[in-house]
Amino acid sequence: MTMRNMLDCDPQSIPLEHIDVSQAELYEHDRQDAFFTRLRAESPVHRCAESAFGPYWSITRFDDIVAVESDFETFSSEPNILIADQPDDFEVRSFITMDPPEHDSNRAAVQGAVAPQNLKQLEGVIRERVGQILDGLPVGETFDWVDRVSIELTTQMLATLFDFPFEERRRLTRWSDIAIATPELSGSALVTEEQRRAELGECLQTFLGLWQQRAARPEGFDLISMLARGEATRDLPSRPMDLLGTLMLLIVGGNDTTRNSISGGVVALNRNPEEYAKLRANPGLIPNMVSEIIRWQSPVLHMRRRATRDVELGGQTIREGDKVVMWYISGNRDGDAILDPFAFRIDRERARHHVAFGFGIHRCMGNRLGELQLRLTWEEVMKRFEFVELVGEPVRTRSNFIRGIAELPVRLHRRH
Amino acid sequence: MPSVTYITHDGVPYAVEAVSGTNCMQAAIDNGVPGIDADCGGQCSCATCHVIVDPAWSARVGPPGTAENGMLGLTPERTETSRLACQVTLDDGLDGLVLHLPEFQM
Ligand code: HEM
Ligand code: FES
Repeated sequence: MTMRNMLDCDPQSIPLEHIDVSQAELYEHDRQDAFFTRLRAESPVHRCAESAFGPYWSITRFDDIVAVESDFETFSSEPNILIADQPDDFEVRSFITMDPPEHDSNRAAVQGAVAPQNLKQLEGVIRERVGQILDGLPVGETFDWVDRVSIELTTQMLATLFDFPFEERRRLTRWSDIAIATPELSGSALVTEEQRRAELGECLQTFLGLWQQRAARPEGFDLISMLARGEATRDLPSRPMDLLGTLMLLIVGGNDTTRNSISGGVVALNRNPEEYAKLRANPGLIPNMVSEIIRWQSPVLHMRRRATRDVELGGQTIREGDKVVMWYISGNRDGDAILDPFAFRIDRERARHHVAFGFGIHRCMGNRLGELQLRLTWEEVMKRFEFVELVGEPVRTRSNFIRGIAELPVRLHRRH
Repeated sequence: MPSVTYITHDGVPYAVEAVSGTNCMQAAIDNGVPGIDADCGGQCSCATCHVIVDPAWSARVGPPGTAENGMLGLTPERTETSRLACQVTLDDGLDGLVLHLPEFQM
């Protein structure tokens, strides 16, 4: 194959048919925007014939993404929602890779754990934990915000939702980090496939142990107890790959996404000092800012569908069986749907009108929980610190699925 | 000009004069009724414009369509008379309509 490295190509002059936005290095170097701007303008429904993941279509405009999301009969989530295929001999399943009606009953079993009613009760706990994390931070010296705040907070949250042994909580972080972090699955190089399987096997064993405890006292409102009670899910232990898939969905779904939004907000505010000034003057903007941060970061880069029939979209004919990839990072920069989309504005009108949570029946189940964590984080940060100063370049994750920030050197300045 | 009353979860009524042909989501947003997010802008694909039709009006308003029904399945506060406001188009026959807002939008 003669695949070009996108980093060596000029996004303005490269022939359209050579554009391949599946290359993880693009996101590692934050160089994707110019390619997507070109695609939205000149080839919004775009076919890439040759990539590490085989041929695929890119959907890059906001409205086209909504159209694909809304038509789950034509655009199926089976067998996988990553651009990559899963290895045949290690195929995990969960409701994110199911179509109705199977999807609906499996989602319903756990939805309650993160429904807004439940979150109201969690709010006090989360706020207290955020406060403790922030109070433990060094002031006036450089440290890594990702490790000390973003990871710590989302991991504590996850341990709370699963009622997972608290001291062992970083194991959850590890499983989340390696879930798809192989070259074959996302272009990452954190682990080999062999390592991934071994560690996910441990994950499964650990949760099977917890499951046994919970099934014996099935009244809890943690995610495992809810799965153990749910009609569509109570037999999951007899289907280990389905159990593993569901666990990975809940672990990854709630972790990388929120973590990277917490980090992304620090970057966005530092790059836009006038917005930071607005925030200091009016912390009441935080709920609106949270939506803007999530749009700006777009922590989930894509979801993939499979065409179940030949279908016309944007003047192109997508064939039955083709991979169709919706690039949320692109939809969230589409000027036809979002005014001045490259600007970060914490008081943006209709800030919730973004595609970072997806749309349709797979729309993010944890969207309110993600928002809640970000809101509480910023409320507590503003009570304590005048400035979370970025003192070096963020290190970005190499992945075509998660737009991640791996390290973020910051220095804190106390409020005066 | 059909009029619609939205009653918030705390029981506060908002009466709105709407133009025939607009939908109940748009009428609420245009008139600053709180409690409807409408993240997708009326495309039946976010379920954040959930309303509960007053039982006295549910026969007149009718049941949700297939796609709408699927989206309503995502909201834990769904009831017998739940609809997505963006999928309910107003006309003079609905003059006086009463809609209740859920405590949260999904
Ligand atoms: C800022 C934070 C978050 C972002 C940006 C985000 C983004 C997304 C996206 C893009 C999807 C796919 C939507 C689609 O296919 O249309 C999704 C699905 C999902 N998310 Fe999130 N997510 C976030 C936080 C969370 C949290 C905290 C949880 C906690 C449980 C969670 C659980 C899920 C689940 C279970 C699904 C699958 C839903 C389904 O297939 O029906 N997410 N999320
Ligand atoms: S506004 Fe999104 S479903 Fe009605």
